Amino acid sequence: MHLGNYLGLLESSEQQLTKAFEHVARKHRDEPDIEQMCRKLSAWSREHRGRVLPFVAKYSEEKSDEPKDLRRDLFSEKRRGSLALLRDLHDLWLLTQEVQLCWTVIRQATLALRDEDLKAACAYCQPRTQRQTEWLLGRIKQAAPQTLLVAE
Amino acid sequence: MTENRDSILDIWGPRTPYFGEWPERVDERTTEEPDHWVQSACVLCSNGCGCDIGVKDGRIVGVRGRAVDRVNHGRLGPKGLHGWEANNSPDRLTTPLIRRNGQLVPATWDEAMGLLVAKSKELIEQHTSSSIGFYTSGQLFIEDYYTLGVLGKAGLGTPHMDGNTRLCTATAGAALKISFGTDGQAGSYADLDTTEAVLLVGHNMASQQTVLWTRILDRLAGPNPPRLVVIDPRRTFTAEQATVHLAPRAGTNVAVLNGLLRLLIENGHVDYDFIENHTVGFEELVKTVGKWTPERVEALTGVPAGQLQAAAQILGTCRTLVSTVLQGVYQSMQGTAAAVQVNNINLLRGLIGSEGNAILQMNGQPTSQNTRECGADGDLPGFRNWDNPAHIYELARLWNVHPDKIPHWAPPTHAMQIWRYCETGSIKLLWIQATNPVVSMPELGRIRKILEQKGLLVVVQDAFLTETAQLADIVLPAALWGEKTGTFTNTDRTVHISHKAVEPPGQARADFDIFLDYARRMDFRDQDGAPLIKWDTPEEAFEAWKACSKGRPCDYSGLSYARLSAGSGIQWPCNEEHPNGAAHLYPDHQFNTHADYCESYGYDLVTGAETSPEAYRAHDPNGRARLLAADYEVPHEQPDADFPLWFTTGRVVYHFHTRTKTGRARALQQAAPEAFVQLAAEDAARYDIAEGDLVEVASRRGRATAPARIGGIEPGLVFMPFHYGAWGQAADAPARAANELTLTEWDPVSKQPHFKYAAVRIRKTNA
Ligand code: SF4
Repeated sequence: MHLGNYLGLLESSEQQLTKAFEHVARKHRDEPDIEQMCRKLSAWSREHRGRVLPFVAKYSEEKSDEPKDLRRDLFSEKRRGSLALLRDLHDLWLLTQEVQLCWTVIRQATLALRDEDLKAACAYCQPRTQRQTEWLLGRIKQAAPQTLLVAE
Repeated sequence: MTENRDSILDIWGPRTPYFGEWPERVDERTTEEPDHWVQSACVLCSNGCGCDIGVKDGRIVGVRGRAVDRVNHGRLGPKGLHGWEANNSPDRLTTPLIRRNGQLVPATWDEAMGLLVAKSKELIEQHTSSSIGFYTSGQLFIEDYYTLGVLGKAGLGTPHMDGNTRLCTATAGAALKISFGTDGQAGSYADLDTTEAVLLVGHNMASQQTVLWTRILDRLAGPNPPRLVVIDPRRTFTAEQATVHLAPRAGTNVAVLNGLLRLLIENGHVDYDFIENHTVGFEELVKTVGKWTPERVEALTGVPAGQLQAAAQILGTCRTLVSTVLQGVYQSMQGTAAAVQVNNINLLRGLIGSEGNAILQMNGQPTSQNTRECGADGDLPGFRNWDNPAHIYELARLWNVHPDKIPHWAPPTHAMQIWRYCETGSIKLLWIQATNPVVSMPELGRIRKILEQKGLLVVVQDAFLTETAQLADIVLPAALWGEKTGTFTNTDRTVHISHKAVEPPGQARADFDIFLDYARRMDFRDQDGAPLIKWDTPEEAFEAWKACSKGRPCDYSGLSYARLSAGSGIQWPCNEEHPNGAAHLYPDHQFNTHADYCESYGYDLVTGAETSPEAYRAHDPNGRARLLAADYEVPHEQPDADFPLWFTTGRVVYHFHTRTKTGRARALQQAAPEAFVQLAAEDAARYDIAEGDLVEVASRRGRATAPARIGGIEPGLVFMPFHYGAWGQAADAPARAANELTLTEWDPVSKQPHFKYAAVRIRKTNA
């Protein structure tokens, strides 16, 4: 059984998303809406991770080692200006996709496993991940034309 | 010379109790006997009182209320009776100005417009039209806004057009769209004549719309007076008349409203038939408000549980209910979420769309309704949906342009983002009209810096050299109300015509003519090479607007200059179905939420993310109203050791906006010559402050100094009026603008800035 692995993957990707939202909030604090919203969405991911942790412990026996750093080369410090904002939002969006997929995979398994608590955690967290994605997408769409077409 | 009442001393005038109808009372004030009267309506708040302008020898000499007008039945308040004096002020702008070697110097119209057009063309060439932004107003006319909307959206094709309405009514629009599918107030002022209860949330009607308040006072003086529930942290004139006054801590509106909703449900004071047949979202709402017991509300907001229950009892048992909302909601944390919860109160009770039932998501400024309707802000004309391609095609057909000329790839840029693009340098030309952001925007230090930035060409169109105009590169002198003809619409959908009574001073021009001149010089064309803007006069512009509005909720097609001039105010929709206008929207409880018709597919109330068209269509409410729930969220800035007090801003009865007009009316200026810092006696004692002492209020963003006024406010909260800027102050006086202190931060849905909370500290600065 690899559920433990996937829970681990989810747990670490929520953690990375927590940090990434925090990072973007700090880096772009001159964009007032970005700072506030990224802090809020970071808190959501922190809460999600908290809800996943007990299940990571519960299913840990089945877990095989698979360390993974999703941050890879995302959020390059070298980026500056409005392009940096767009690229950072882009990277956040990618991270939320990873989380989203983890939830989907785990939810599938949960249905078969009939773990009601884990199912409840999925039902609570997955739509919120979706909302994180939607906010990012909306903000990216708004920023894109101005960033790509008009010089600063 | 006539002055039949002293509106400065007696703001609301003598009582004319309501017995089956609201009596007429014609208020008049002239300084000389007019040789003729010209039909108009007041533009000093969103009430839109019908009035006539008295003219003698080509000068305005006074006003009188129009007895026949449905809005005011002849009454006028202090601003209306005195504000016109500003037209005759000796410091009107009479010629264009251009900045040369750092100084604003007189120029001809040809020079000023030539420069503006040359710069526009150069920028479009180098950076696309997205390098041009507009920051317009809630004080122009329909004809101005619609012309501006078309030239911006189909001429330039810039997405960056918004108004100061973002600061005043964006949340009203957003809350109406969310609950009912489109903008537009469901009820009428006349509902106040018969209603059993009035709920005023963050709305100091007595000071803001003084004439509307007399309508309530006259009910209170007659038989069967309505019961009033007032939610406001200050003991305002309005709160003094309340049956129940709830004074919550700053930033806790959603908690109070959720507490009320919970009590309505728990007490069984909800209309289950209505909910079942005409709404969606009830279950989610029940879940969300469930935890807001009176005790929990009390612990968080400071509103005693017993008072909350008393308020819920009134709201739950009245057979008719008028709910009104204004800046105390819109400009607070969770503005849209809270405004929507007020809609939910009427919806749970099924009290909407019939006599005595209204929800008035009030406007602040006189014509901000039209900024929203005509697409001169972040909305599309006729309450169309930017995310619905069919709506874009309609506009493209109407204007005969390619659909992709009209920016619709994302929501139109909201004002706060426009300012941010100016700050980062990607908007390089900002054209400001009839507003004074150097006093009215949050965090003024930042706004000054932006306007002074090299590389940003600032154009200001105004009647006076305001604090903002002083920072402009080009100043265009504009005609004021009374000096131009046009139409506008108040909060309760009443459309008025205001005729030109006198000539503007010097070379000042009507805003409409300035926009037309720009469009002609820019040579905007339609697809067939004909001029894009096909009208030359305000009346022709109105006809074009009628065509644009036809078939939409704000249908003006049955109105005309002739009809409006023959009678007085008429409500929209005015069309074949409603030839004399409609007092209520949604009489059959069919709301504008159909996917093909709605103005917005909705939002996530927490993140502000827009719902996708697909997601909306999948659960098309199809004419049902939406009960959208929201939970309380903690404000982003809270008092702490360094800044231990809450701060909020608001208005005084004698002034409007940044006093540009009211500060030039002698009696109004004398009645309220100076800003003040209002604080509770407890706080005054703690800081050793006596009435009249100079107090410096400081936040993380700036400081403002004004004399203390003690009492009438919750302990821990400091209040300043936002009207006062540097104009009229000695050069070396300390800054006194409340907005030196406020936050650059906005509601995620409506993007309205948060003026109603910040953390501050105070100290006495008397020597
Ligand atoms: S209530 Fe408003 S519209 Fe009426 S007179 Fe007063 S300022 Fe003017």
